Amino acid sequence: MIELDNVSKQFDGPAVLAGVTARIRRGEIFTVIGPSGSGKSTLLRLIDLLDSPTGGTIRVNGTDIHANGEESLRIRRMMGMVFQKPAVFNTTVTENVAVGLRFRGAEERVVREKVEEALAMVGLADYGERRARTLSGGEMQRVALARAMVIEPEILLMDEPTANLDPVSVEKIEELVLRINRDLGTTILFSTHDMYQGQRLAHRVGVLMNGIFAQVGTPREVFTLPATREVARFVGIENIIDGVVVAENGISVIDAGGIRIRARSPLSRGEQVALCIRSEDLRVFLEEGGKTHLNGNTLPGTVASIVPRGPFSRVTVDCGFALSSVLSWKAVDNLGIREGSRVTVSFAAESVHVIRQE
Amino acid sequence: MYEIIEGFLEAARLIATFDGDVMGIAARSIIISLTATVLATLIAVPLGAAIYFGTFPGKKSLINLIQTLYSLPTVIVGLLIFLLISRVGPFGFMRLLFTPTAMVIAQTVLVLPIMTGLTISALSGVDPVIRDTLRSLGATHLQFLVNIMKEARFAILAAVAIGFGRAISEVGAAILVGGNIMASSFASSTRVLTTAISLETSMGNISQSIALGIVLLAIALAVNLVITTIQHR
Repeated sequence: MIELDNVSKQFDGPAVLAGVTARIRRGEIFTVIGPSGSGKSTLLRLIDLLDSPTGGTIRVNGTDIHANGEESLRIRRMMGMVFQKPAVFNTTVTENVAVGLRFRGAEERVVREKVEEALAMVGLADYGERRARTLSGGEMQRVALARAMVIEPEILLMDEPTANLDPVSVEKIEELVLRINRDLGTTILFSTHDMYQGQRLAHRVGVLMNGIFAQVGTPREVFTLPATREVARFVGIENIIDGVVVAENGISVIDAGGIRIRARSPLSRGEQVALCIRSEDLRVFLEEGGKTHLNGNTLPGTVASIVPRGPFSRVTVDCGFALSSVLSWKAVDNLGIREGSRVTVSFAAESVHVIRQE
Repeated sequence: MYEIIEGFLEAARLIATFDGDVMGIAARSIIISLTATVLATLIAVPLGAAIYFGTFPGKKSLINLIQTLYSLPTVIVGLLIFLLISRVGPFGFMRLLFTPTAMVIAQTVLVLPIMTGLTISALSGVDPVIRDTLRSLGATHLQFLVNIMKEARFAILAAVAIGFGRAISEVGAAILVGGNIMASSFASSTRVLTTAISLETSMGNISQSIALGIVLLAIALAVNLVITTIQHR
Protein backbone atom coordinates (compact mmCIF):
# COMPACT_ATOMS: atom_id res chain seq x y z
CA MET A 1 0.00 0.00 0.00
CA ILE A 2 2.64 2.49 1.10
CA GLU A 3 6.25 1.79 0.25
CA LEU A 4 8.94 3.91 1.84
CA ASP A 5 12.18 3.48 0.02
CA ASN A 6 15.27 5.06 1.55
CA VAL A 7 13.34 8.26 2.31
CA SER A 8 15.36 11.15 3.62
CA LYS A 9 14.56 14.71 4.58
CA GLN A 10 16.88 17.48 5.54
CA PHE A 11 15.86 20.96 6.58
CA ASP A 12 18.59 23.44 7.47
CA GLY A 13 20.98 21.44 9.60
CA PRO A 14 21.26 17.73 10.23
CA ALA A 15 19.03 15.25 8.39
CA VAL A 16 15.72 14.55 10.13
CA LEU A 17 15.14 11.38 8.14
CA ALA A 18 18.16 9.50 6.87
CA GLY A 19 16.93 6.63 4.74
CA VAL A 20 13.61 5.34 6.06
CA THR A 21 12.55 2.08 4.46
CA ALA A 22 9.34 0.17 5.20
CA ARG A 23 6.26 -1.37 3.62
CA ILE A 24 2.92 -0.53 5.10
CA ARG A 25 0.29 -3.09 4.18
CA ARG A 26 -3.26 -2.41 3.13
CA GLY A 27 -5.67 -2.52 6.07
CA GLU A 28 -3.13 -2.53 8.87
CA ILE A 29 -2.54 -0.15 11.72
CA PHE A 30 1.11 0.76 11.60
CA THR A 31 2.38 2.82 14.49
CA VAL A 32 5.51 4.88 14.22
CA ILE A 33 7.02 5.14 17.68
CA GLY A 34 10.11 7.03 18.65
CA PRO A 35 11.35 9.73 20.98
CA SER A 36 10.36 13.36 20.43
CA GLY A 37 12.23 14.89 17.53
CA SER A 38 12.94 11.56 15.87
CA GLY A 39 11.19 12.64 12.66
CA LYS A 40 7.76 11.02 13.09
CA SER A 41 5.85 14.13 12.05
CA THR A 42 8.17 14.75 9.15
CA LEU A 43 7.61 11.22 7.86
CA LEU A 44 3.82 11.57 8.00
CA ARG A 45 3.95 14.99 6.38
CA LEU A 46 6.01 13.58 3.51
CA ILE A 47 3.43 10.86 2.95
CA ASP A 48 0.60 13.42 2.96
CA LEU A 49 2.53 15.54 0.41
CA LEU A 50 2.78 18.46 2.84
CA ASP A 51 6.57 18.37 2.38
CA SER A 52 8.89 16.92 -0.23
CA PRO A 53 11.60 14.42 0.60
CA THR A 54 15.23 15.31 0.03
CA GLY A 55 15.91 11.79 -1.21
CA GLY A 56 14.30 8.40 -1.72
CA THR A 57 10.82 7.57 -2.93
CA ILE A 58 7.41 7.11 -1.39
CA ARG A 59 5.01 4.96 -3.39
CA VAL A 60 1.30 4.63 -2.72
CA ASN A 61 -0.34 1.79 -4.65
CA GLY A 62 2.78 1.68 -6.77
CA THR A 63 2.78 5.37 -7.74
CA ASP A 64 5.71 7.57 -6.78
CA ILE A 65 3.68 10.30 -5.09
CA HIS A 66 6.27 13.04 -5.31
CA ALA A 67 7.17 12.41 -8.94
CA ASN A 68 4.23 14.09 -10.61
CA GLY A 69 2.95 17.49 -9.50
CA GLU A 70 -0.34 17.17 -11.38
CA GLU A 71 -1.19 13.93 -9.67
CA SER A 72 -0.50 15.22 -6.19
CA LEU A 73 -4.02 16.54 -5.50
CA ARG A 74 -5.60 13.24 -6.56
CA ILE A 75 -3.17 11.29 -4.39
CA ARG A 76 -3.61 13.57 -1.42
CA ARG A 77 -7.36 13.19 -1.72
CA MET A 78 -6.97 9.46 -1.04
CA MET A 79 -5.66 10.31 2.41
CA GLY A 80 -6.91 11.95 5.57
CA MET A 81 -4.71 13.41 8.26
CA VAL A 82 -5.18 14.31 11.91
CA PHE A 83 -2.54 16.54 13.49
CA GLN A 84 -1.08 16.65 16.97
CA LYS A 85 -2.51 20.04 17.87
CA PRO A 86 -6.31 20.04 17.83
CA ALA A 87 -7.27 22.70 15.30
CA VAL A 88 -10.74 23.49 14.03
CA PHE A 89 -12.05 26.04 11.57
CA ASN A 90 -13.82 28.98 13.15
CA THR A 91 -17.33 27.81 12.29
CA THR A 92 -19.83 25.15 13.37
CA VAL A 93 -18.88 21.53 13.96
CA THR A 94 -20.99 20.47 10.97
CA GLU A 95 -19.25 22.93 8.65
CA ASN A 96 -15.87 21.76 9.93
CA VAL A 97 -16.60 18.19 9.03
CA ALA A 98 -18.13 19.18 5.69
CA VAL A 99 -15.03 20.98 4.37
CA GLY A 100 -13.41 18.00 2.63
CA LEU A 101 -16.67 17.04 0.93
CA ARG A 102 -17.23 20.59 -0.25
CA PHE A 103 -13.69 20.67 -1.70
CA ARG A 104 -14.71 17.63 -3.74
CA GLY A 105 -17.90 19.31 -4.92
CA ALA A 106 -20.28 16.91 -3.18
CA GLU A 107 -24.01 17.60 -3.37
CA GLU A 108 -25.59 19.30 -0.36
CA ARG A 109 -27.78 16.27 0.38
CA VAL A 110 -24.76 13.94 0.36
CA VAL A 111 -22.78 16.38 2.51
CA ARG A 112 -25.54 16.46 5.11
CA GLU A 113 -25.88 12.68 5.26
CA LYS A 114 -22.18 11.94 5.44
CA VAL A 115 -21.42 14.63 8.00
CA GLU A 116 -24.18 13.26 10.20
CA GLU A 117 -22.77 9.75 9.88
CA ALA A 118 -19.25 10.92 10.64
CA LEU A 119 -20.33 12.87 13.71
CA ALA A 120 -22.32 9.88 14.96
CA MET A 121 -19.26 7.70 14.50
CA VAL A 122 -17.10 9.90 16.74
CA GLY A 123 -19.91 10.29 19.28
CA LEU A 124 -20.63 13.96 18.57
CA ALA A 125 -24.03 13.52 16.90
CA ASP A 126 -25.63 16.35 18.90
CA TYR A 127 -22.76 18.77 18.47
CA GLY A 128 -23.40 19.74 14.84
CA GLU A 129 -24.59 23.28 15.49
CA ARG A 130 -22.03 24.07 18.20
CA ARG A 131 -19.21 26.44 17.39
CA ALA A 132 -16.18 24.19 17.03
CA ARG A 133 -13.88 26.61 18.89
CA THR A 134 -15.93 26.18 22.08
CA LEU A 135 -15.23 22.44 22.33
CA SER A 136 -12.65 20.78 24.59
CA GLY A 137 -9.36 19.55 23.14
CA GLY A 138 -10.56 15.95 23.09
CA GLU A 139 -13.80 16.89 21.35
CA MET A 140 -11.93 19.02 18.82
CA GLN A 141 -9.69 16.10 18.05
CA ARG A 142 -12.74 13.91 17.45
CA VAL A 143 -14.10 16.60 15.11
CA ALA A 144 -10.74 16.48 13.33
CA LEU A 145 -11.05 12.71 13.05
CA ALA A 146 -14.61 12.95 11.69
CA ARG A 147 -13.40 15.63 9.26
CA ALA A 148 -10.62 13.39 7.99
CA MET A 149 -12.85 10.29 7.80
CA VAL A 150 -15.90 11.83 6.13
CA ILE A 151 -14.14 11.71 2.76
CA GLU A 152 -13.62 7.94 3.23
CA PRO A 153 -9.85 7.99 2.76
CA GLU A 154 -7.95 4.82 1.95
CA ILE A 155 -5.19 5.91 4.26
CA LEU A 156 -5.56 7.72 7.57
CA LEU A 157 -2.47 9.49 8.88
CA MET A 158 -2.48 10.43 12.55
CA ASP A 159 0.41 12.49 13.87
CA GLU A 160 0.52 12.05 17.66
CA PRO A 161 -3.20 12.86 17.83
CA THR A 162 -3.45 12.17 21.55
CA ALA A 163 -0.28 13.89 22.74
CA ASN A 164 -2.14 16.89 24.19
CA LEU A 165 -5.21 15.09 25.53
CA ASP A 166 -6.44 13.88 28.90
CA PRO A 167 -6.51 10.09 29.53
CA VAL A 168 -10.26 9.70 28.93
CA SER A 169 -10.03 11.46 25.57
CA VAL A 170 -7.00 9.38 24.65
CA GLU A 171 -8.97 6.21 25.31
CA LYS A 172 -11.85 7.43 23.12
CA ILE A 173 -9.55 8.27 20.22
CA GLU A 174 -7.84 4.88 20.53
CA GLU A 175 -11.21 3.09 20.48
CA LEU A 176 -12.17 5.04 17.38
CA VAL A 177 -8.92 4.20 15.63
CA LEU A 178 -9.42 0.49 16.26
CA ARG A 179 -13.05 0.65 15.17
CA ILE A 180 -12.32 2.61 11.99
CA ASN A 181 -9.66 0.10 11.05
CA ARG A 182 -11.87 -2.88 11.83
CA ASP A 183 -15.14 -1.64 10.32
CA LEU A 184 -13.92 0.37 7.36
CA GLY A 185 -10.65 -1.40 6.65
CA THR A 186 -8.80 1.93 6.53
CA THR A 187 -5.02 1.66 6.50
CA ILE A 188 -3.86 3.71 9.46
CA LEU A 189 -0.44 5.20 10.09
CA PHE A 190 -0.31 6.45 13.66
CA SER A 191 2.68 8.13 15.24
CA THR A 192 3.21 8.34 18.97
CA HIS A 193 6.01 8.81 21.47
CA ASP A 194 4.05 6.62 23.88
CA MET A 195 5.38 3.11 23.32
CA TYR A 196 2.46 1.52 25.17
CA GLN A 197 -0.01 3.29 22.92
CA GLY A 198 1.95 2.01 19.95
CA GLN A 199 1.69 -1.46 21.40
CA ARG A 200 -2.06 -1.21 22.13
CA LEU A 201 -3.05 -0.08 18.66
CA ALA A 202 -0.64 -1.55 16.22
CA HIS A 203 -0.59 -4.58 14.03
CA ARG A 204 2.98 -3.58 13.35
CA VAL A 205 5.31 -1.04 14.90
CA GLY A 206 8.17 0.89 13.37
CA VAL A 207 10.67 2.32 15.84
CA LEU A 208 12.02 5.54 14.36
CA MET A 209 15.38 6.53 15.81
CA ASN A 210 18.12 8.78 14.50
CA GLY A 211 16.25 9.19 11.23
CA ILE A 212 15.77 5.53 10.35
CA PHE A 213 13.57 2.64 11.37
CA ALA A 214 15.73 0.91 13.94
CA GLN A 215 13.21 -1.93 13.91
CA VAL A 216 9.94 -2.83 12.23
CA GLY A 217 7.88 -5.69 13.58
CA THR A 218 4.85 -6.80 15.54
CA PRO A 219 4.49 -5.17 18.95
CA ARG A 220 5.50 -8.48 20.52
CA GLU A 221 8.71 -8.64 18.50
CA VAL A 222 9.64 -5.07 19.21
CA PHE A 223 8.89 -5.27 22.92
CA THR A 224 10.46 -8.64 23.64
CA LEU A 225 13.15 -8.86 20.98
CA PRO A 226 14.41 -5.32 20.40
CA ALA A 227 16.86 -5.12 17.54
CA THR A 228 19.24 -2.58 19.02
CA ARG A 229 20.34 -1.29 22.37
CA GLU A 230 18.50 2.03 21.72
CA VAL A 231 15.26 0.27 20.88
CA ALA A 232 15.60 -1.85 24.01
CA ARG A 233 16.00 1.27 26.11
CA PHE A 234 13.08 3.02 24.37
CA VAL A 235 10.69 0.10 24.86
CA GLY A 236 11.41 0.15 28.55
CA ILE A 237 13.87 -2.64 29.16
CA GLU A 238 15.62 -1.59 32.32
CA ASN A 239 18.47 -4.04 32.41
CA ILE A 240 20.86 -3.78 29.51
CA ILE A 241 24.28 -5.28 30.14
CA ASP A 242 27.27 -5.32 27.79
CA GLY A 243 29.34 -8.46 27.40
CA VAL A 244 31.22 -10.84 25.14
CA VAL A 245 30.17 -14.35 24.08
CA VAL A 246 32.73 -16.74 25.57
CA ALA A 247 31.16 -20.13 24.99
CA GLU A 248 28.38 -21.61 22.91
CA ASN A 249 26.68 -24.89 23.34
CA GLY A 250 23.02 -24.44 22.54
CA ILE A 251 23.12 -21.99 25.35
CA SER A 252 25.65 -19.19 25.08
CA VAL A 253 27.70 -18.01 27.98
CA ILE A 254 28.40 -14.34 28.02
CA ASP A 255 31.10 -12.70 30.03
CA ALA A 256 29.86 -9.41 31.44
CA GLY A 257 32.75 -7.79 33.26
CA GLY A 258 33.87 -11.07 34.83
CA ILE A 259 30.41 -12.38 35.61
CA ARG A 260 29.05 -15.15 33.44
CA ILE A 261 25.49 -15.13 32.17
CA ARG A 262 23.76 -17.93 30.28
CA ALA A 263 21.46 -16.96 27.46
CA ARG A 264 19.83 -18.47 24.37
CA SER A 265 21.52 -17.00 21.35
CA PRO A 266 22.79 -18.09 17.95
CA LEU A 267 25.77 -15.79 18.17
CA SER A 268 29.24 -17.20 18.15
CA ARG A 269 32.23 -16.83 20.39
CA GLY A 270 33.91 -13.44 20.50
CA GLU A 271 30.83 -11.42 19.53
CA GLN A 272 30.26 -8.19 21.42
CA VAL A 273 26.70 -8.24 22.72
CA ALA A 274 24.19 -6.36 24.83
CA LEU A 275 21.96 -8.41 27.08
CA CYS A 276 18.37 -7.29 27.70
CA ILE A 277 16.55 -8.61 30.73
CA ARG A 278 13.05 -7.37 31.57
CA SER A 279 12.78 -6.44 35.23
CA GLU A 280 9.59 -8.50 35.60
CA ASP A 281 11.56 -11.65 34.64
CA LEU A 282 13.97 -11.31 37.57
CA ARG A 283 13.39 -13.11 40.89
CA VAL A 284 14.99 -11.87 44.08
CA PHE A 285 15.65 -14.26 47.01
CA LEU A 286 17.35 -13.95 50.34
CA GLU A 287 20.79 -15.39 49.96
CA GLU A 288 20.14 -18.74 51.58
CA GLY A 289 16.54 -19.13 50.29
CA GLY A 290 17.25 -19.10 46.56
CA LYS A 291 16.90 -22.23 44.50
CA THR A 292 19.36 -22.50 41.66
CA HIS A 293 17.95 -22.11 38.17
CA LEU A 294 18.79 -25.19 36.17
CA ASN A 295 20.60 -23.91 33.09
CA GLY A 296 19.68 -20.46 34.32
CA ASN A 297 21.42 -17.70 36.13
CA THR A 298 21.76 -17.21 39.84
CA LEU A 299 23.80 -14.20 40.82
CA PRO A 300 24.67 -13.04 44.32
CA GLY A 301 24.46 -9.36 45.08
CA THR A 302 23.64 -6.55 47.46
CA VAL A 303 20.44 -4.51 47.41
CA ALA A 304 21.50 -1.06 46.26
CA SER A 305 18.14 0.69 46.39
CA ILE A 306 14.41 0.15 46.85
CA VAL A 307 12.35 2.84 45.14
CA PRO A 308 8.56 2.89 45.24
CA ARG A 309 6.87 2.94 41.85
CA GLY A 310 3.07 3.00 41.94
CA PRO A 311 1.87 -0.18 43.70
CA PHE A 312 5.30 -1.76 43.21
CA SER A 313 8.85 -1.28 44.34
CA ARG A 314 11.80 -1.21 42.06
CA VAL A 315 14.57 -3.17 43.72
CA THR A 316 18.03 -2.61 42.30
CA VAL A 317 20.64 -5.20 43.14
CA ASP A 318 24.35 -4.74 42.60
CA CYS A 319 25.68 -8.04 41.21
CA GLY A 320 28.83 -6.49 39.78
CA PHE A 321 26.48 -4.68 37.45
CA ALA A 322 23.10 -3.29 38.46
CA LEU A 323 19.99 -5.41 37.92
CA SER A 324 16.56 -3.94 38.58
CA SER A 325 13.56 -6.02 39.48
CA VAL A 326 9.97 -5.05 40.17
CA LEU A 327 8.35 -6.52 43.29
CA SER A 328 5.07 -5.84 45.02
CA TRP A 329 5.35 -4.00 48.36
CA LYS A 330 4.14 -7.15 50.05
CA ALA A 331 6.87 -9.23 48.44
CA VAL A 332 9.49 -6.77 49.65
CA ASP A 333 8.05 -6.99 53.18
CA ASN A 334 7.89 -10.79 53.08
CA LEU A 335 11.48 -11.04 51.95
CA GLY A 336 12.46 -8.60 54.65
CA ILE A 337 15.04 -6.95 52.39
CA ARG A 338 16.33 -3.43 52.63
CA GLU A 339 19.28 -1.54 51.27
CA GLY A 340 22.45 -3.47 51.97
CA SER A 341 20.73 -6.88 52.25
CA ARG A 342 22.61 -9.80 50.69
CA VAL A 343 20.36 -11.47 48.11
CA THR A 344 20.48 -13.65 45.03
CA VAL A 345 18.90 -12.71 41.73
CA SER A 346 17.83 -15.46 39.39
CA PHE A 347 16.48 -15.57 35.89
CA ALA A 348 16.13 -18.13 33.11
CA ALA A 349 18.42 -18.21 30.11
CA GLU A 350 15.26 -17.70 28.00
CA SER A 351 14.63 -14.38 29.70
CA VAL A 352 17.83 -12.94 28.30
CA HIS A 353 17.55 -11.33 24.89
CA VAL A 354 20.92 -11.01 23.21
CA ILE A 355 21.63 -8.17 20.79
CA ARG A 356 24.74 -8.13 18.65
CA GLN A 357 26.58 -4.86 19.11
CA GLU A 358 27.69 -3.09 15.98
CA MET B 1 -14.91 76.18 34.20
CA TYR B 2 -18.45 77.52 33.97
CA GLU B 3 -18.08 77.91 30.20
CA ILE B 4 -17.07 74.31 29.79
CA ILE B 5 -20.08 73.06 31.75
CA GLU B 6 -22.32 75.36 29.76
CA GLY B 7 -20.67 74.03 26.60
CA PHE B 8 -21.58 70.47 27.56
CA LEU B 9 -25.18 71.43 28.33
CA GLU B 10 -25.54 73.25 25.05
CA ALA B 11 -23.91 70.31 23.24
CA ALA B 12 -26.45 67.96 24.80
CA ARG B 13 -29.24 70.22 23.57
CA LEU B 14 -27.81 70.32 20.03
CA ILE B 15 -27.65 66.53 19.90
CA ALA B 16 -31.02 65.93 21.58
CA THR B 17 -32.79 68.28 19.18
CA PHE B 18 -31.03 66.78 16.14
CA ASP B 19 -29.59 70.16 15.27
CA GLY B 20 -29.54 70.45 11.48
CA ASP B 21 -25.96 71.71 11.18
CA VAL B 22 -24.51 69.10 13.53
CA MET B 23 -26.40 66.21 11.92
CA GLY B 24 -25.57 67.37 8.40
CA ILE B 25 -21.85 67.51 9.20
CA ALA B 26 -21.99 64.11 10.91
CA ALA B 27 -23.80 62.55 7.96
CA ARG B 28 -21.26 63.98 5.52
CA SER B 29 -18.38 62.68 7.64
CA ILE B 30 -19.84 59.19 7.67
CA ILE B 31 -20.58 59.17 3.94
CA ILE B 32 -17.12 60.38 2.93
CA SER B 33 -15.18 58.14 5.33
CA LEU B 34 -17.37 55.12 4.64
CA THR B 35 -16.89 55.53 0.90
CA ALA B 36 -13.14 55.84 1.40
CA THR B 37 -13.15 52.74 3.62
CA VAL B 38 -15.11 50.67 1.10
CA LEU B 39 -12.75 51.73 -1.70
CA ALA B 40 -9.71 51.02 0.45
CA THR B 41 -11.12 47.61 1.43
CA LEU B 42 -11.63 46.69 -2.21
CA ILE B 43 -7.97 47.47 -2.83
CA ALA B 44 -6.30 46.57 0.46
CA VAL B 45 -7.74 43.11 1.10
CA PRO B 46 -6.89 41.63 -2.32
CA LEU B 47 -3.57 43.47 -2.26
CA GLY B 48 -2.75 42.20 1.22
CA ALA B 49 -3.69 38.66 0.19
CA ALA B 50 -1.58 38.91 -2.98
CA ILE B 51 1.42 40.09 -0.99
CA TYR B 52 0.92 37.48 1.71
CA PHE B 53 0.40 34.48 -0.58
CA GLY B 54 2.81 35.64 -3.26
CA THR B 55 6.51 34.93 -3.38
CA PHE B 56 8.61 37.63 -4.96
CA PRO B 57 11.93 39.29 -4.24
CA GLY B 58 11.70 42.19 -1.80
CA LYS B 59 8.58 40.85 -0.11
CA LYS B 60 9.93 41.47 3.39
CA SER B 61 11.02 45.02 2.52
CA LEU B 62 7.63 45.74 0.99
CA ILE B 63 5.87 44.60 4.16
CA ASN B 64 8.26 46.75 6.22
CA LEU B 65 7.50 49.72 4.02
CA ILE B 66 3.75 49.18 4.38
CA GLN B 67 4.11 49.00 8.13
CA THR B 68 6.13 52.19 8.17
CA LEU B 69 3.32 53.91 6.28
CA TYR B 70 0.87 53.06 9.10
CA SER B 71 1.93 56.33 10.66
CA LEU B 72 1.84 58.27 7.42
CA PRO B 73 1.07 61.86 8.53
CA THR B 74 -2.34 62.92 7.30
CA VAL B 75 -1.13 66.34 6.17
CA ILE B 76 1.46 64.68 3.97
CA VAL B 77 -1.26 62.68 2.25
CA GLY B 78 -3.30 65.89 1.99
CA LEU B 79 -0.39 67.73 0.47
CA LEU B 80 0.32 64.91 -1.99
CA ILE B 81 -3.27 64.74 -3.18
CA PHE B 82 -3.44 68.55 -3.24
CA LEU B 83 -0.43 68.70 -5.55
CA LEU B 84 -1.93 66.08 -7.83
CA ILE B 85 -5.36 67.67 -8.19
CA SER B 86 -4.69 71.38 -7.89
CA ARG B 87 -5.11 73.51 -11.00
CA VAL B 88 -1.46 73.12 -11.91
CA GLY B 89 -1.24 69.43 -11.02
CA PRO B 90 -1.45 66.52 -13.47
CA PHE B 91 -5.10 65.88 -12.60
CA GLY B 92 -6.05 69.53 -12.29
CA PHE B 93 -8.34 69.31 -15.31
CA MET B 94 -10.69 67.07 -13.32
CA ARG B 95 -11.49 69.99 -11.01
CA LEU B 96 -11.55 67.83 -7.89
CA LEU B 97 -9.92 70.19 -5.44
CA PHE B 98 -12.18 71.19 -2.52
CA THR B 99 -14.78 68.53 -3.34
CA PRO B 100 -15.93 65.57 -1.26
CA THR B 101 -14.46 63.34 -3.97
CA ALA B 102 -11.02 64.74 -3.25
CA MET B 103 -11.52 63.94 0.43
CA VAL B 104 -12.55 60.39 -0.40
CA ILE B 105 -9.42 59.95 -2.49
CA ALA B 106 -7.18 61.38 0.23
CA GLN B 107 -8.71 59.20 2.95
CA THR B 108 -8.49 56.11 0.75
CA VAL B 109 -4.79 56.70 0.21
CA LEU B 110 -4.35 57.44 3.91
CA VAL B 111 -5.86 54.16 5.15
CA LEU B 112 -4.58 51.87 2.39
CA PRO B 113 -1.25 51.03 4.11
CA ILE B 114 -2.76 50.21 7.48
CA MET B 115 -5.56 48.12 5.98
CA THR B 116 -3.19 46.27 3.67
CA GLY B 117 -0.72 45.69 6.48
CA LEU B 118 -3.37 44.50 8.90
CA THR B 119 -4.79 42.17 6.23
CA ILE B 120 -1.32 40.64 5.90
CA SER B 121 -1.10 40.29 9.69
CA ALA B 122 -4.59 38.78 9.79
CA LEU B 123 -3.59 36.14 7.25
CA SER B 124 -0.29 35.39 9.01
CA GLY B 125 -2.27 34.96 12.21
CA VAL B 126 -4.01 31.85 10.88
CA ASP B 127 -2.74 28.76 12.74
CA PRO B 128 -0.26 26.74 10.62
CA VAL B 129 -2.15 23.59 11.58
CA ILE B 130 -5.24 25.09 9.90
CA ARG B 131 -3.19 25.53 6.73
CA ASP B 132 -1.96 21.95 6.87
CA THR B 133 -5.48 20.74 7.60
CA LEU B 134 -6.88 22.53 4.56
CA ARG B 135 -4.21 21.06 2.32
CA SER B 136 -4.59 17.59 3.79
CA LEU B 137 -8.34 17.77 3.14
CA GLY B 138 -7.52 18.09 -0.54
CA ALA B 139 -8.03 21.82 -1.15
CA THR B 140 -7.13 23.12 -4.58
CA HIS B 141 -4.97 26.24 -4.63
CA LEU B 142 -8.03 28.48 -4.89
CA GLN B 143 -9.99 26.61 -2.22
CA PHE B 144 -6.96 26.96 0.03
CA LEU B 145 -6.78 30.75 -0.45
CA VAL B 146 -10.52 31.24 0.03
CA ASN B 147 -10.57 29.20 3.21
CA ILE B 148 -7.56 30.92 4.74
CA MET B 149 -9.30 34.25 4.06
CA LYS B 150 -12.43 32.85 5.69
CA GLU B 151 -10.46 31.83 8.78
CA ALA B 152 -8.99 35.33 8.98
CA ARG B 153 -12.31 37.09 8.33
CA PHE B 154 -12.72 38.60 11.78
CA ALA B 155 -9.19 39.93 11.87
CA ILE B 156 -9.69 41.37 8.37
CA LEU B 157 -12.93 42.95 9.54
CA ALA B 158 -11.02 44.54 12.40
CA ALA B 159 -8.55 45.91 9.84
CA VAL B 160 -11.45 47.52 7.98
CA ALA B 161 -12.82 49.01 11.20
CA ILE B 162 -9.44 50.44 12.12
CA GLY B 163 -9.21 51.93 8.63
CA PHE B 164 -12.61 53.58 9.04
CA GLY B 165 -11.58 54.91 12.44
CA ARG B 166 -8.46 56.50 10.98
CA ALA B 167 -10.38 57.95 8.04
CA ILE B 168 -13.15 59.57 10.05
CA SER B 169 -10.85 60.98 12.72
CA GLU B 170 -8.23 62.67 10.52
CA VAL B 171 -8.16 66.43 9.98
CA GLY B 172 -5.05 67.23 8.00
CA ALA B 173 -5.96 65.79 4.63
CA ALA B 174 -9.63 66.72 4.93
CA ILE B 175 -8.85 70.36 5.46
CA LEU B 176 -6.12 70.56 2.78
CA VAL B 177 -8.03 68.96 -0.08
CA GLY B 178 -11.59 69.55 1.18
CA GLY B 179 -11.21 73.10 2.35
CA ASN B 180 -13.88 72.94 5.07
CA ILE B 181 -16.49 74.52 2.83
CA MET B 182 -20.08 74.97 3.98
CA ALA B 183 -21.89 75.50 0.68
CA SER B 184 -25.60 75.81 0.05
CA SER B 185 -25.93 72.23 -1.20
CA PHE B 186 -25.13 69.22 0.94
CA ALA B 187 -23.21 67.47 -1.83
CA SER B 188 -20.81 70.29 -2.59
CA SER B 189 -19.97 71.03 1.05
CA THR B 190 -16.79 69.61 2.48
CA ARG B 191 -17.18 70.42 6.15
CA VAL B 192 -16.83 67.24 8.22
CA LEU B 193 -16.74 66.60 11.98
CA THR B 194 -13.01 67.05 12.44
CA THR B 195 -12.63 70.15 10.30
CA ALA B 196 -15.75 71.66 11.87
CA ILE B 197 -14.42 71.07 15.39
CA SER B 198 -11.17 72.73 14.45
CA LEU B 199 -12.97 75.75 12.96
CA GLU B 200 -15.59 76.16 15.73
CA THR B 201 -12.98 75.90 18.44
CA SER B 202 -10.86 78.58 16.82
CA MET B 203 -13.95 80.79 16.61
CA GLY B 204 -14.79 80.22 20.27
CA ASN B 205 -17.95 78.16 19.67
CA ILE B 206 -17.05 75.69 22.39
CA SER B 207 -20.47 74.10 22.74
CA GLN B 208 -20.70 73.44 19.00
CA SER B 209 -17.24 71.81 19.14
CA ILE B 210 -18.14 69.65 22.11
CA ALA B 211 -21.36 68.50 20.43
CA LEU B 212 -19.47 67.55 17.26
CA GLY B 213 -16.80 65.81 19.36
CA ILE B 214 -19.40 63.74 21.17
CA VAL B 215 -20.97 62.72 17.86
CA LEU B 216 -17.54 61.71 16.53
CA LEU B 217 -16.91 59.59 19.62
CA ALA B 218 -20.37 58.07 19.36
CA ILE B 219 -19.67 56.99 15.78
CA ALA B 220 -16.41 55.39 16.85
CA LEU B 221 -18.22 53.60 19.67
CA ALA B 222 -20.97 52.40 17.33
CA VAL B 223 -18.45 50.97 14.87
CA ASN B 224 -16.69 49.22 17.71
CA LEU B 225 -19.95 47.72 18.98
CA VAL B 226 -20.84 46.40 15.54
CA ILE B 227 -17.44 44.75 15.21
CA THR B 228 -17.60 43.20 18.68
CA THR B 229 -21.08 41.83 18.00
CA ILE B 230 -20.00 40.24 14.73
CA GLN B 231 -16.93 38.74 16.33
CA HIS B 232 -18.95 37.16 19.11
CA ARG B 233 -21.57 35.67 16.86
